[in-house]
Amino acid sequence: MNPNVLSRRRFLTAGATVTASATIGAASARELKGGDGDRWLPHQADAPNPLESPDYKFFTTDELAFVEAATERLIPQDALGPGAHACGVPLFIDHQLAGAYGRGGSWYMQGPWDKGEDTQGYQSRMTPSALYRAAIAAIDQHVVASQGGKRFAELAPEAQDALLSDLEEGKVDLRGVDAKTFFKMLWLNTKEGMFSDPIYGGNKEMAGWKMLGFPGARYNYLDWVDRHGERYDQPPVGIRGRPAWDSQG
Amino acid sequence: MSQKLPSVDVLLVGFGWTGAIMAQELTEAGLDVLAIERGSWRETSTDFAPTFIQDELRYRYHGHLFEQTAQETLTFRNTSDQKALPMRRLGSFLPGTGVGGSILHWNGQAWRFLPYDFEIRSQTIARYGQGMVPQDMTLQDWGVTYDELEPYYTRWEELCGIAGQAGNVKGQKQSGGNPFEGRRSKPYPTPPMKQTYGPTLFAEAAGSIGLHPFPCPSANMSQAYTNPLGVSLAPCTYCGFCEKFGCGNYSKASAQTTILPVLMQKKNFALRTESEVTAINVDSSRKRATGVTYVDMHGNEFEQPADLVVVCAYITHNVHLLMTSGIGTTYDPSTGQGTLGKNYCYQITPSVNVFLGDKILNPFVGAGASGMIVDDWNGDNFDHGGLGFIHGGYIAGYVTTGRPIETEFLPEGTPKWGAKWKKAFIENYLTSMSVSLMGAVMPNAANHLDLDPSYRDVYGRPLMRMTYDFKQNELKMQDFTMAKMVDIAKAMKPREIKKSPRGPHYDIEPYQSTHNTGGAIMGATPQQSVVNRYLQHWDVPNLFVVGASAFPHNSGYNPTGTVSALALWAADAIRNQYLKRPAPLVQT
Repeated sequence: MNPNVLSRRRFLTAGATVTASATIGAASARELKGGDGDRWLPHQADAPNPLESPDYKFFTTDELAFVEAATERLIPQDALGPGAHACGVPLFIDHQLAGAYGRGGSWYMQGPWDKGEDTQGYQSRMTPSALYRAAIAAIDQHVVASQGGKRFAELAPEAQDALLSDLEEGKVDLRGVDAKTFFKMLWLNTKEGMFSDPIYGGNKEMAGWKMLGFPGARYNYLDWVDRHGERYDQPPVGIRGRPAWDSQG
Repeated sequence: MSQKLPSVDVLLVGFGWTGAIMAQELTEAGLDVLAIERGSWRETSTDFAPTFIQDELRYRYHGHLFEQTAQETLTFRNTSDQKALPMRRLGSFLPGTGVGGSILHWNGQAWRFLPYDFEIRSQTIARYGQGMVPQDMTLQDWGVTYDELEPYYTRWEELCGIAGQAGNVKGQKQSGGNPFEGRRSKPYPTPPMKQTYGPTLFAEAAGSIGLHPFPCPSANMSQAYTNPLGVSLAPCTYCGFCEKFGCGNYSKASAQTTILPVLMQKKNFALRTESEVTAINVDSSRKRATGVTYVDMHGNEFEQPADLVVVCAYITHNVHLLMTSGIGTTYDPSTGQGTLGKNYCYQITPSVNVFLGDKILNPFVGAGASGMIVDDWNGDNFDHGGLGFIHGGYIAGYVTTGRPIETEFLPEGTPKWGAKWKKAFIENYLTSMSVSLMGAVMPNAANHLDLDPSYRDVYGRPLMRMTYDFKQNELKMQDFTMAKMVDIAKAMKPREIKKSPRGPHYDIEPYQSTHNTGGAIMGATPQQSVVNRYLQHWDVPNLFVVGASAFPHNSGYNPTGTVSALALWAADAIRNQYLKRPAPLVQT
């Protein structure tokens, strides 16, 4: 991108992002009195927190090898388009686990702990980052023991698929980690990385959206409401616009 | 030790949608009103601007506008013989937090209930006999009738600029509207929304088999609208980010887009944010509320005296606050004694996926209330004789969004991941939709709310415990309406269809709807309800409890219209009756 040219969206989110993080410490209980005038101040936009660095922050080399291999089996590259790896899903998941999502900071995490019924939802004591760490170590150990010393990433695709199916059905004993819970999280995070806005590091070049025909973060389709049966013909845009907007002209 | 603050006329617990309605109405009566809200101030321009709101990960999956379970949650079990466990992550329902509350992220499907709903027990028995109401169905009339609420439904529709086609104006049937709806005094304030291709195909199919399709009443604007308070909303642009998102375009009715611009100019209104009410205080007689205790974000505790307390939080919090404050008697399912926590209901939402194959729907061109509806199998609009259940639900052909993480249509037999999943997902994404039911749930003696014996919240209070499962009435109703949905789906001439029923047991993980109801129900006598027909507490007359917590059962429609009408009805009773004589408005 030409650094001298900022797209409109880039400008808006970039400015807001910086000030949003700078004001976190200032949050406080407020009393808003009627008639006091505007309640909003400049630079208070509740803007998103995009991925700014392509460096991995959470996974070890071995963990990354597992995540790259596993997510690529979940959404493989083929004639229809790129797979999870090419779309940046491992990087997306890495940054999610390194951040607020990985800490499970917004979840009720008090004990006592109980497995519960299938209808009672997530009951793991582990945060997402802890769950990934423990599950991947246990999976690799299981694979090494049962597949002649090879790790998951070194297996043939068919053997990887078989192991993923076993995880999905809870057939693998992961030494206390619930395999079904881990698989469910891995699959959702893979879909998130494939189809969320590119600001979070996945859905690279909006390839996930292009495969589907989803036009992204557009906010006006009024001209299309009654064009029944006609394929929408505009390219996708993200929250920061699209690459073409960043070039001159 | 809490710090005691100067008294106010009216204290509102929570500042979501019902809080905004109450604040607007009671400040108009000249009262000094203070609202206490646990979340933060929120405004369209700063909090859900169109430059960043279309973010499925942040809002849908990370729940940026929702309540955080770390702050408050509940425990859940299907039946009393199970151990209830905490809802550690949101799933089945998504309560809001912050100024504007849950209505900030609603779809905008803007319904009235049927006249039948308000007199459901009497009318069911009159038509079918006593045997139609099973022993364990704790069904009751509401203590208010549709005709009494009708003016308040109309006021709500005018406040919010609801777009729709009336079906019954002053008893005159209107073509293109819902022929089963209750008599309305006025048509909708704005014309119905234009329909995209999917709902249009649904309506053609439903009409071809003799049903009566009409456009969903919508709080997404079909045109620019200025409400009676002078606040303007803009035409909806069909961006496909309604439910679970704020509207950046001022096109969806909410507290922010209908009331706050006027309310926030009033000198007799004040709002404290980042402050959570932890108790309603009562005097030694336990018949008078003296105010509330609240805790700010730093942990400082305050006592806020008030002459009148109105509880306006989300339904589960309304009930929880009454329980932890020791106001009223908690319902015991083993004896049937007590009323608080009784008649907790939800909805049942089965669907049929319709794979149209060669028809491009562009599902991302959508609005939250963009859809066509048939009401032929709702309420008592059809003869239930011999069917073994009561009520029903509306059947919808909605196409509200194409958000790609959430929107997934996979034909029968598709693997859940891998190359075949990818192929099926891509092939069907632009050409599929669902036909869905907004299914009513009747109260059952076993479904209830009480306090959990094990788990506590951040304030050390017991969490509320939800005991809830689908019962025979809704499971039978689901089977019946599934067949009707399949009939419509087949009439759409699809490549194939896939049935997607709920149950047999209620699961708290997959999202279904934020349509929780009951627990602090209204009714004609204190023996059967927590609040009277004006939502005034039977035991504590200067305490009103507003919201869907007052519903004695849940109907086959989205609840917001009825929540709003009841709030306006209660506000009117406070202004025109209670203030003249601050006493019980219904004698026992």
